[in-house]
Order: sequence, then structure tokens, then C-alpha cells
Amino acid sequence: MRAIAKFLYGRRGYYLALLLLPPLLWLGTVYLGSLLALLMQSFYAIDEFTARIVPKLTLETYRQLVIHPANVDIILRTLAMAAAVTVTAAIVAFPIANYMARYASPRMKAFFYVGVMLPMWTSYLVKVYAWRLVLAKQGILSWFLDQLGLLPALDAALATPVIGGPSLASSYLGMFIVFVYMWLPFMILPLTAALERVPQSLLQASADLGARPGQTFRNVILPLALPGLAAGSVFTFSLTLGDYIIPSVVGAPGYFIGMMVYQQQGTAGNLPLAAAFSVVPIILIAIYLSLAKRLGAFNAL
Amino acid sequence: MTPAIELAGVSRLFGPVHALDDVSLSVAPGEFFALLGPSGSGKTTCLRLIAGFDRPTHGKILLDGEDVTAIPPFDRSVNTVFQDYALFPHMSVAENVAYGPKVRGVAEPERKRLALEVLELVRLAKLADRSPAQLSGGQKQRVALARALINKPKVLLLDEPLGALDLRLREEMQIELKAIQQQVGITFVYVTHDQGEALSMADRVAVFRDGRMEQLDSPRELYVHPRTAFVARFVGSANVVDGELAKHITGAARAFAIRAEAIEVIAAGAPVPAGALSCEGVLEDLHYHGATSRWHVRTDAGPILAAVRPEGAAPIATARGCRVRLAWSRESLVPLADT
Repeated sequence: MRAIAKFLYGRRGYYLALLLLPPLLWLGTVYLGSLLALLMQSFYAIDEFTARIVPKLTLETYRQLVIHPANVDIILRTLAMAAAVTVTAAIVAFPIANYMARYASPRMKAFFYVGVMLPMWTSYLVKVYAWRLVLAKQGILSWFLDQLGLLPALDAALATPVIGGPSLASSYLGMFIVFVYMWLPFMILPLTAALERVPQSLLQASADLGARPGQTFRNVILPLALPGLAAGSVFTFSLTLGDYIIPSVVGAPGYFIGMMVYQQQGTAGNLPLAAAFSVVPIILIAIYLSLAKRLGAFNAL
Repeated sequence: MTPAIELAGVSRLFGPVHALDDVSLSVAPGEFFALLGPSGSGKTTCLRLIAGFDRPTHGKILLDGEDVTAIPPFDRSVNTVFQDYALFPHMSVAENVAYGPKVRGVAEPERKRLALEVLELVRLAKLADRSPAQLSGGQKQRVALARALINKPKVLLLDEPLGALDLRLREEMQIELKAIQQQVGITFVYVTHDQGEALSMADRVAVFRDGRMEQLDSPRELYVHPRTAFVARFVGSANVVDGELAKHITGAARAFAIRAEAIEVIAAGAPVPAGALSCEGVLEDLHYHGATSRWHVRTDAGPILAAVRPEGAAPIATARGCRVRLAWSRESLVPLADT
């Protein structure tokens, strides 16, 4: 052992290589390798007659993806849902994260952390099916709203075209609620971390210089929380873009990207199209991140 | 003339602990006023109460004759230079400085002009477009100062503003701060634990200890006539003599203070100047400072006395354990109210 340590001492190159080799192998093969295989697959196409994959590079599958209005619909529908979920999660998470980072006593903070993380220790499938029951026509949510005398409000919401439906469990509104619930912790945690790093003295300085609380929020807290907001929104955005279980258990029958991937590589057997569909979220996230960077979301890092 | 700041019977309790205990003082307009004390003495609490970051448990705070006890910081004409500077990391130097005018609704070109003007005053106009992360400690300090001065506050509060700087820079900044204060004519309230800083810059100094104000006087008065043992030790690094030694020297048990530089160190057994008091002891420790050296002598009565000896004084034995004689004039004794 001593001899090895002595040999490595001063040979920083070897040392670094030894340290990085296992994780790089893992990262290279398992992550990047499979991602490349996926990307390759999307540049193949399927033979219409034999239904077999022709291993020749072509843009035919991507052409298929964009010329069919149904496919474009699916992409836009998923994108709209992801955007709505991300914005809502940010709005809901901000006050919670702000409280946790700035006002909660250490005990209260621990309690909140457990409260935020606890749902993540439960099976994802159990939660989705539980939500279907909660949102059902005779479910506890409608019962609860009835107790509050708010049933007409629910009926009005369900009567809204596109987002409405016969019940919450079979409408996009219900699906949206489940998505927000599911991904909220992924927004709260990075946001809390970002807000915790904003020193109290900056807020005092802002007030000291004459800024009212609203101005301090706009000029100091929000810009400094942007990296956390960006990190959280990448989670909520990409998780919504890729999910196929929630849209298939809760909500209206319209297809989402994740469901398409699942179906194309399974029953339909069109692996190239499935691959092309799964490249869409990657591109959307890349666009989102470059936009966020251009808007200065990472300047405060 | 209405005082710029007036504290009337102000206390701040944290649970049962008095962070500040019944403090009353008033600061004249244009005055350079220092709050001096060790950490935990209440000086920073006092500053936070004036700024409005905290509210007193009892008492009233008046700014320019107006009761501001219940007024939030953003509505007080007071600005603060924070110990950690608290510069906004996502804004440039100029944007930091222009923050006050911005939140008060001053238009972009006008506030930019104002910011450059104030940056000129602190000699940082060239760095207006830098980000705070690219500045040195001394430069950050000046940006913080400019950001506060741009609002032309009635009172500027400075919370140990030079604490994080090295000695040389600190001395430069002391001179510069004092010059800026005289130039703009704003009342400065300066919190520090460094008695040298307080004495060299302030017009008047309030010495704090355990949440109470021990003495409020001009630097010279504090140094020459400390009223309590604490002030004598903390402000003048003076020897405080009581008990046996006091009785031995003056014939009475009453405590007194004597400054180290008022004590002359001569060889043991050497004749004492006429009318002087003296005692003998053993040299325990000697610190050489160049122009002077500081001698710690254990007197035969027990307590250690510190004496400062100029470099030019007649040479005597300097080995630890040597016997020496200490002598001083009767006038240099300062009677104290307590020990």
C-alpha cells in the first residue's frame, strides 16, 4: 500500500486517472453510450412492409415526426403541460422555500425538509393511483369542495374547454394537479438551497437603502434565487416532458411524448420513431437552458 | 440645535438578557461619534436599533427630533455601511451605488450621473463597471461607503467598517474616512472594538460594556480621565491598581489607574526623583516595539504593572528575572470610581 502511495505521490496524472477511471467508465458506457445509441436509432428508419429497422442513416423518421399533425400536437400538448407545471410549481414553491430558508427555526426546518421529501419515499405508482381516487367524480376532493360549497366552481372549471372534462380524474386539469404535486419537491429543494445562500445583510442593505419589501424581492431576492429557480425548473420541465405514467393513469385521452415513446418502442415496434420522440425533450431542455443562460439566470453563480 | 440622533432610555432584551440596558445619549449634527466596546458589549445592537433592523424593548429613538422608534429602515434617513460590505453580487459597482436612487424612482441617466459623482468622491470612478467580486477589500469598502453616501442621509452608520482590512490599509482608510466625513458634513456613528480607531477619528466616544454605557467623553478625556477601571484598561491600556499595592503606594486602599507610559523604569536601588512614588519588582516579560518597549514587572506586593520605556532611555539590565524599580509622579495617578 505504502509503495503504491509513494509511487503515486508526485505523479498527479496517474493519480487523477486512477480516481476518475471507474466513474468515467460508468458515465461513458451507461449514460453517454446509451444516449448515443438512442441518437443513432433515431437516424434509422423502419421499412414500411417488413416492419424491420433499416440500419442506414436517414432523416426519414424525423420527417415522419414533423409532417404528421398528430405528432406535432403531441409535442405541443406536452410542452404546454410542462410549461404550465413548471410555472405553477415555481409559484407554489417560492413562499415555502423562502420560509424554510429564512424564517424557519432549525426544528421547523427539519420538519419541513422531511415533509417535502417524505412523499418521495413512497412508490410513484401508488401516488398516481391514489390521486386518481382523490380526483374521481365521487372522490374526496369533490366531497371536500362540496363541504365548502365550492362545487359550482369545480363544475365551472370542468366545463372549460380543453382543460375540462367529465371529472378531474379524466381532465387535463386533474393531470396538471398531479404533475404539480409530483414534481414540487424538485422545485422546493434547489430553490431553498439558493435562498439560503443569500446573506441576510443583503436584504438589510436593500431596506437600509430605501427599498420597500416588494422592491427588495424584485431587485435582490429574485435575481439571486434565479439559479435555484433554473435548476428546479429543469427538473419539473424535463420530468413532465418525459413522464408517461401520469398521462396514462390520470386525465384526458390525448397522447403525451412519454406515452408515444412507450407505445412506439412497445406495441408499435417502431424503435426509430420512439428514439426520435425521446430526442425532442433533450432538444427542448437544451433550448430552455440556453435561453435561461442568455437571460442571466446563472450570472449570480 | 436639535440633535441628529437621540436615544432616550433605550433597552433591548433578548429573553432575560439585556443586550442594551437603559442607554441615553445624543449625537450632534455633523459629529463623528464612536461606539466603542468589546464584542457583546451592545454597541452593534445600538447601531441596529438606530438603523431600524431591530426595535428597542423600551425607550425611544429620535432622528433629527422625530420619533422613529416604530418606523421601518426604508423610511429612515439613515444609511449603513455593513461590516461585510453587503454589496449586491449580481450588480456592477455603479449599479450598487445607484441602488438607493433607483428604488426611490430616480431615472436611469440621472442616477448613473449621481453614482459616478459619488464614486469620484471615493476615487473609484474607473471601476464603475466592475462586479463586486473583482474588487479588493479596500475597494469594496469604498463602494459600500459610496452606496450609502449617494442618498445624502442625515446619519451614516458604520459597523466596524475597517475590521476586515489589513493594518496598513486600515490606517489609510481612517484618514480617508475622516476627510470624507468633513467634506460631506454628515453625522457619522462609528462602531468599533479598536480603541485606537475610536480615539483617532471620533469627536466623542461612548464606551460600552455588558449592554451599558460606561463613559461618554472626548477621546482625550477618556484617555486622561477614565472614570472606571474598565475604561482605564480598555481605552488607555492603563494599569489599574487597588488593594495591597494601592495601600503600599498611596497609603489608602482606593483604586487608581496609571498609564504605562507614565511609569519610569530605573535600575533597582537607584535614587527616585524628588516627590515621585515608587516600588520595586522583578522583570517578567519585555516586548520590543521599536520606538518604545513594554515592560511587565511583578511588583513585590504581587500585581504586575506594565511600563512603557522609550528607546532612548539610559540602558539598564533587560534580562527576565532582574530586579528593577518603577517610579512615577503623584499627578499621574487617576482615582477610579470602581475596580
